[in-house]
Amino acid sequence: MLELKNVSAGYGTFQALFDVSLEVRAGEAVAVIGPNGAGKTSLLRVISKVIDLNGGEIAMEGVSLNDVPAHKIIEMGIAHVPEHRRLFPRLTVEENLKMGGFIASARSHFDERLAYVYELFPRMKERRHQLAGTMSGGEQQMCAIGRGLMSGPKLLLLDEPSAGLAPVIVQQVFDLVRRIREEGYTVLIVEQNIQQVLKVVDRAYLLEVGQIKMSGSSRELLENDDVRRAYIGL
Amino acid sequence: MDFPLTDPFFWETVIQGLLFGGVLALLSLGLNIIFGVIDVVWICYAELIMLGMYTIYFLYSDYGVPLPLAMLAGILVVALLGAALHYFIIRPILHTEPINQLLVTGGVLFFLQGFATLAFSVEFRNLGVSFGSIEAGDMYIPTTRLLAFIVSLVAVVGLWLFLKRTYLGTAIRAISQDRDVMPLMGVSPGKIYLVTSALGGGLAGLGACLLVLLYDIHPAIGLTFGPITFMVCVMGGLGNMIGGFIAAFIFAEFIALGGFYAEIEWGYVIAFAFFIVMMFIRPQGILGSKS
Ligand SMILES: Nc1ncnc2c1ncn2[C@@H]1O[C@H](COP(=O)(O)OP(=O)(O)OP(=O)(O)O)[C@@H](O)[C@H]1O
Ligand SMILES: [Mg+2]
Repeated sequence: MLELKNVSAGYGTFQALFDVSLEVRAGEAVAVIGPNGAGKTSLLRVISKVIDLNGGEIAMEGVSLNDVPAHKIIEMGIAHVPEHRRLFPRLTVEENLKMGGFIASARSHFDERLAYVYELFPRMKERRHQLAGTMSGGEQQMCAIGRGLMSGPKLLLLDEPSAGLAPVIVQQVFDLVRRIREEGYTVLIVEQNIQQVLKVVDRAYLLEVGQIKMSGSSRELLENDDVRRAYIGL
Repeated sequence: MDFPLTDPFFWETVIQGLLFGGVLALLSLGLNIIFGVIDVVWICYAELIMLGMYTIYFLYSDYGVPLPLAMLAGILVVALLGAALHYFIIRPILHTEPINQLLVTGGVLFFLQGFATLAFSVEFRNLGVSFGSIEAGDMYIPTTRLLAFIVSLVAVVGLWLFLKRTYLGTAIRAISQDRDVMPLMGVSPGKIYLVTSALGGGLAGLGACLLVLLYDIHPAIGLTFGPITFMVCVMGGLGNMIGGFIAAFIFAEFIALGGFYAEIEWGYVIAFAFFIVMMFIRPQGILGSKS
């Protein structure tokens, strides 16, 4: 579904990604794991074209994204739930969801998708008139994922959905991700909580200083000695 | 002097102040939405209104265009000017020091004033349209003022509904909270800024429709309304439309009542003094948040 070939990207003269190649097949959940500053966020940003592609190719369902501007990426069926959630704090939950369904092709589906998101996250229905900025971190994460679903995407990009949340809530967030998977969405998720994320995805890539260092099934990575020593602390 | 509460002139003054407040509220709206969304102060805002007034005047007086059509054209012209101001002048320097935006829109102010003086001369022009007065008890209320007040309120409510109910309006509010995430929603920030600028211009154009009924047109009329519109916006909390709305009525009553007890100029003096005092007490404005 999504394919990256030898992708390089960065910020000005600073290069954050070197020759990254990766693939996400339809129906799969794939994780990109790695330490702070590895370039995980930059990877999702270059897929969304929020940062410029300096080399290589990105294609969604065989269509090149190289010349697609950032604000057209969502129309290609890719929804990006960004790092730190980035809800609009002074809009209500429902207005945030509305923004998720802003694109023309999503508007006629607003009611049905809103009902769907509320069914998936009943808490959001309770809070629908609350300002997003006043909710708890876990609730905000639900809202951010819900906002991502409002455009009816095929592929969901999740950037560290568990970051900054209490351990109990982290568990709930991963349950959420599992539910999203079961709903049939293809997921590319970036995480530092490696042990947890490897339980919900099929495959994973290990990213270090902007380069893919290893890839394989979740099981392979979980059982790899280097990964265990460096990231799981065993 | 009579006890004011039984004096019909006192009440007439209060009502005049209220009506003027409605017009000030409308004038502050466009400036506020531009600041709230794009974070730029259009120093030349009142000069856009001046051009709108000339557009309406010439279409109506010289070309015989029916007044409602002339006004519609005035709104469109100023909306386009707003969009052009953003696209050609603000956009290239949007991400530079804020002082640049003040300087450049200040430059546009002098340019437009000079342009109007050369093109239209310093002559005072009047549309010469009168709808008479409405008599209520012992009071006389000019119909144009009442009309201006009603139009202002309708515009305020209309804008509020637009911002609250529509996708575009929601995006305009959203972009003021987080610009960089907008592309992920499928929204091009540049387009929203352009639309917002046209909207701010359109509101200035609507202001022109009302002022052209109430006042003489001349190249420096922006100086009459510009400063007070800024003060209303600042006192309400720059970018805060509800704050601006409240501040408009406070200002207008100060001016009207000052005029009732002394001369109208004293009304302005008192209103400006009040503004300065308020800036010491609440520098962030009535409803503005600190920072
Ligand atoms: N806006 C920016 N300007 C310049 N450099 C940046 C910017 N954003 C990120 N970087 C740099 O790019 C590199 C990769 O950052 P990135 O945010 O992609 O890492 P990450 O893997 O997501 O880290 P984390 O786990 O902390 O979120 C880092 O060295 C970072 O300092
Ligand atoms: Mg990151």
